[in-house]
Amino acid sequence: MFNRRHFLGMSGAAIGATSLLPAWARSAAHGNLGLPTLTGTEFNLDISQFPVRIDGRSGIATGVNGTLPAPLIRFREGDDITINVKNNLKADTSIHWHGLLVPFYMDGVPGVSFPGIRPGETFQYKFAVPQSGTYWYHSHSGLQEQVGHYGPIIIDPAGADPVAYDREYVLVLSDWSFENPHRIFAKLKKSSESYNFNQRTLGDFADDAAREGFGTALEDRAMWGQMRMSPRDLADVTGATYTYLINGHSTLDNWNALFEPGERVRLRIINASAMSIFNFRIPGLPMSVVASDGLNVRPVETDEFQIGVAETYDVVVQPERAGAYAMVAESIDRSGQAVATLGSQPGLRAEAPQIRAVPTLTMKDMAMDHGSMSGMDHDAHDMKAMDHSQHDMGGMDHGDHDMKAMDHSGHDTDGKDHSGHDMGGMDHSGHDMDGMDHSQHDMGDGSEMQMHAHKTGPGVANTAMMPVSRLDEPGIGLDDVNHRVLTYSQLRSLDMNPDMRAPDRELQIHLTSNMHRYMWSFNGVKFSEVKESIRLQEGERVRFNLVNDTMMPHPIHLHGMFFDLVNGGGHHKPRKHTVIVKPGEKVAFDVTAEHVGDWAFHCHLLYHMHAGMMNVVSVMPKDGNVPTPTSHDPHAGHDMSSGKMDHSGHEGHDMPKDDPHAGHDMSKGEHH
Amino acid sequence: MTNRFRRTLCLGAASLLVMPAAIAEEGDAPWSMADEVFGEEAMRHSRDHLRHSHGSMNTFYVQAERFELQAFDDEDVLLLDGNAWYGGDINKLWLKTELEYLPDESDLEEAEVQLLWSRAVSPYFDIQTGIRQDFEPRGRTHFVAGFQGLAPYLFELDGAAFVSTDGDLTARVESEYELLLTQRLILQPRAELELSAQEIPELETGSGVTSLSAGLRLRYEIKREFAPYVGVEWQKAFGDTADFAKAAGEESEAVAFVIGVRAWH
Repeated sequence: MFNRRHFLGMSGAAIGATSLLPAWARSAAHGNLGLPTLTGTEFNLDISQFPVRIDGRSGIATGVNGTLPAPLIRFREGDDITINVKNNLKADTSIHWHGLLVPFYMDGVPGVSFPGIRPGETFQYKFAVPQSGTYWYHSHSGLQEQVGHYGPIIIDPAGADPVAYDREYVLVLSDWSFENPHRIFAKLKKSSESYNFNQRTLGDFADDAAREGFGTALEDRAMWGQMRMSPRDLADVTGATYTYLINGHSTLDNWNALFEPGERVRLRIINASAMSIFNFRIPGLPMSVVASDGLNVRPVETDEFQIGVAETYDVVVQPERAGAYAMVAESIDRSGQAVATLGSQPGLRAEAPQIRAVPTLTMKDMAMDHGSMSGMDHDAHDMKAMDHSQHDMGGMDHGDHDMKAMDHSGHDTDGKDHSGHDMGGMDHSGHDMDGMDHSQHDMGDGSEMQMHAHKTGPGVANTAMMPVSRLDEPGIGLDDVNHRVLTYSQLRSLDMNPDMRAPDRELQIHLTSNMHRYMWSFNGVKFSEVKESIRLQEGERVRFNLVNDTMMPHPIHLHGMFFDLVNGGGHHKPRKHTVIVKPGEKVAFDVTAEHVGDWAFHCHLLYHMHAGMMNVVSVMPKDGNVPTPTSHDPHAGHDMSSGKMDHSGHEGHDMPKDDPHAGHDMSKGEHH
Repeated sequence: MTNRFRRTLCLGAASLLVMPAAIAEEGDAPWSMADEVFGEEAMRHSRDHLRHSHGSMNTFYVQAERFELQAFDDEDVLLLDGNAWYGGDINKLWLKTELEYLPDESDLEEAEVQLLWSRAVSPYFDIQTGIRQDFEPRGRTHFVAGFQGLAPYLFELDGAAFVSTDGDLTARVESEYELLLTQRLILQPRAELELSAQEIPELETGSGVTSLSAGLRLRYEIKREFAPYVGVEWQKAFGDTADFAKAAGEESEAVAFVIGVRAWH
């Protein structure tokens, strides 16, 4: 029998070479031979500041129960969960359960779903969720996510797990800086390229001139210079200040996991970074991707994938030969990487691969590469049938359009991604452009010029002229690697999508920025300037069209609801909580507005969100009644307002019995 | 005090008063469902805080753009070309200063300070208006109207027109470019042109193009925030301004070797 305290407590018995670590994040060399399946229903989390040792240096983290990353929270699908969060900081804190379908007032976003947790207070989260898989939790207050306030969640399925495995580990990828995060943000505001040491130099020009000719190289420089942009603007905050971590370990600290040859090892990979999109691979070991953002997908074998901030992937690997495999999380801008070891003995250190060459953005990332469009095959679609020049686009009113007729997911039998094309004709619905003749934008090959009805000005440096779907591309910098790389268009939900209706209406949301001023927004409007949230009506199905007008990939996260990514997957579209929208890309996803409440919706790059790339999606109740803890707790019927809570049914396995803040009620979480 | 000066002061003061923009607007909350669970007041407080901290924060910046010793043939000049700003994305309060000190003579030869309201009007350009006060060589006050930003092909531009309390109109345009030799070794050409609409005898300035200076500085960014440099600076006076210089026994053209540091916080 395992001692749960060993798992969640601050027991110093197996402190690694690095810092205080929860058992799940320790190396095989320190006794972590794989995660046992243990479930609890009550968890106590104390938020405080504490010293950490990373990459041989000392720093101060803000986090949970004194460990970086935070303890693993593991429970069973459908169970009533109680989590007491005590704030020992001098500042407010919060915990958001990333990807969990909780009541909105348990979602943990200060100012949206609750008031936050004041210093000294304890807030009690109570929920039961109808889902299983790999998720995570993190602070939604200030910039605490950057300094260690994140940890993994595993929800074990109520029934049989379709994924078979012999051993499992969690890999929490993150980025650590010894700089104060507010200083990092201020530096970006003052000089947005403060951390970019991957710019093109005179030497690069000489190389390009030698390869492509002087004129071509000069033309290329002139083109980027004319637009006042950098083709090496891949990450705002880089290895110049970041130490990249796997389970709190830098490459030097060598987190290591164990396998027996022939075993199926499940790796639950969570990108808990503040700002770092990673390329993840295990050279020499193919990975079978079995889940994305917690939910099962049809297994796809691949050699590498790009994982956006806040995304999760579960993969199964089956190393046949003894030895040490490198698990590599390489930053998208190639300014650094974290390498851990999967070894046939505890304590092995795999050889870290060289960091690959820095990618350079192209015109396609600017959504201006018209040339690449014309080569695409539109035969399967009758584009003429969607010629909007014959329709009167009266704002949002589709009038006589039969939306069902435009659900192209049904067409798609070969799995090829046409989503960017076939939906293109519908993009105009979000704009109020009565009487405009759309035929003039027909580029002759079915693609259309992008409309921009949003605010522009100092905060919007670029608008995508011709955004395209890039779901069948692996991500910035991975086009020309000589092995398989996962694309979004390959993902298929294992389960059939629960709602197969065509969308009732569409929203167009532009991801906008001015890198030079470090301004980030949706539709040119910073969060501080938002006058009204994005309103959905309970029960309706809405298509979100995200158009990336910026030069950067953005992992966009919607709280409270999974969305179906329109990737040609028919009734098996992958359901996700976070999706990377590549530069110059247009991505569509469908949401069924089934969870009433106010839900945060934002770019999960922390400093983009902090700069204003955020909004709220409000799902308005049909009957006008907002669910409250008393009115709407379909799972357990707890009376949250009574001030009394019956914990007798909970065993509280993992908690010390002398817990100083057991038995909290909601009233302590409220601010009077 | 002339009427013109009073008008100038009023204009400058008015432009500064327009600045505070980051005041949250009252009215219907943009979302409010959690109010029903946690109370309207607690939610309003946290909502206001959340919105303010996600997009309308202010930043303070201070920079010594050129803090350098200019070694001319006949004299050394210690130059501080510095600036600072405070504000948000759209509105900022700028302070610009240029000081020239002659160490050999222990003399502050030139000293000016500008206090400007800067407003972003396009993705890459701000307009700036305010007051310029000269302390040396002569105490003079100017109204300033200018612009600053990043031009196509990545040229930094800073231009301003100055109307003095005596009614004199002058102007100044600066441009810089950064050429990355490596990620940290940066060559910066820089040029500055001064113009005058009229002759100003007490400043020994003619009309038209009065002077041009051009420099080439090679800096090494130990950190982005701290970069020592070496370079050359060439200065030339034109027309009547050159004649004034000759009459005073000075050269109308000079070259200096410069050594200095560029730093910001």
